[in-house]
Amino acid sequence: MTPDTAPPDTAAGSTTSAEPPVVDFPLRVPGESFPPPRYQDYRDRQGLVVSYLPNGRKVWLVTRHEDVRSVLTNKKISSNPDHPGFPNVSETMGVPRQEQIPGWFVGLDSPEHDRFRKALIPEFTVRRVRELRPAVEQTVDRCIDAMLAAGDEADLVADFALPVPSLVISALLGVPPVDRDFFESRTRTLVAIQASTDQQRDTASRELLRYINRLVAIKQKWPGDDLISRLLATGAIEPHEMSGVLMLLLIAGHETTANNIALGVVTLLQHPEWIGDDRVVEETLRFHSVADLVSLRVAVEDVEISGQLVRAGEGIVPLVAAANHDAKAFSCPHAFDPARTERHHVAFGYGVHQCLGQNLVRIEMEIAYRRLFERIPGLRLAVPVEELPLKYDGVLCGLHALPVRW
Amino acid sequence: MRITVDTDRCVGAGQCVLNAPAVFDQDDDGVVALQDPAVAPEDRDAVDTAATLCPSGAITVHRD
Repeated sequence: MTPDTAPPDTAAGSTTSAEPPVVDFPLRVPGESFPPPRYQDYRDRQGLVVSYLPNGRKVWLVTRHEDVRSVLTNKKISSNPDHPGFPNVSETMGVPRQEQIPGWFVGLDSPEHDRFRKALIPEFTVRRVRELRPAVEQTVDRCIDAMLAAGDEADLVADFALPVPSLVISALLGVPPVDRDFFESRTRTLVAIQASTDQQRDTASRELLRYINRLVAIKQKWPGDDLISRLLATGAIEPHEMSGVLMLLLIAGHETTANNIALGVVTLLQHPEWIGDDRVVEETLRFHSVADLVSLRVAVEDVEISGQLVRAGEGIVPLVAAANHDAKAFSCPHAFDPARTERHHVAFGYGVHQCLGQNLVRIEMEIAYRRLFERIPGLRLAVPVEELPLKYDGVLCGLHALPVRW
Repeated sequence: MRITVDTDRCVGAGQCVLNAPAVFDQDDDGVVALQDPAVAPEDRDAVDTAATLCPSGAITVHRD
């Protein structure tokens, strides 16, 4: 934490003056629960909250549900990470900046973005994702088989939560079975923020890109029944843009899903009365909001948000976990209540960039929870819940490990 | 209650199909397709939910 910024309690008095309150970045600190209790204080203040990234750049924090939805649909606000004012939190938080390779379309605004999105939508419709259900069930069961065969304890992150999305994605992309081990190990290195060094991640990233480019070339020559072949057949995406598109699908669908699986299992162990109820999926997404720091933006024109003037070129950090715990949008927001009827959480973002793979994530979570507790009814934590290593230093919230026994 | 959809705005998130499957579908391109613009009374709540959740504002509910 930087010592020269005022802590929230002393800054709170400034809500009556013209100066917006300032809070520390990073927003999550070791030993604290997530979402940070201080988010409540940020939401209660008028206007927006100013924060400074560790690199000194000023950003505006947006915390109320209504404001977050409005920012994520405002045409004066951009997703372009190449904009000089873009709040690149990852650069300063131990996570390498995602490469601006062609086809990395989350970094594009409409209308440039829309060509990619439209080409990919058919791959992730509700119907198409339902067709993937048997394959996801098989993957989940295989991971459980391996855990059961190995003994009576496991790290549920390394042995289950990460392999499940990894195997699902490689099958979706049409990675040949013979290459799955290579593909998975490199992907794992890339997304395992703490366990890998920057150099290991760079190497893995380069190897994966090279592999993806080769796979695309193969699919161009010998198309199969897979996402890459179908995408190439549409002609909407150039072959040289495929690497960005595929890396994006790989990264976006991986650690986010894993963290939701792991944190959801912990929550279910604390609230066993909800085991077997599929409504847990939607509430886990809202309650944990693992992608708190993902939907970053920059103002490209002067824009007013909640009465606060944000100048063109200033960075905006909509905190989805704060929005998803806003009492104006969700009754008893801090309670884990799968029976709640409000479903308008922004865990997948909002606007044109809302998560493309959200229905696949839902199915992966649903099947993972259901099969895990059906097949291992004696599942329990191997360490006290307060000793679980929470990720507080990355862009995503999650667990570094989840030791369990049965 | 009557609904209209703006297929140009649709981003294919599928929230409408998940929440009001009797009213909304996705075509082969993944774009919203209306099964019937006149909403049955029992589907009204689901349609309201779908309109609220749609990330691109592609669903408009008319109460005329």
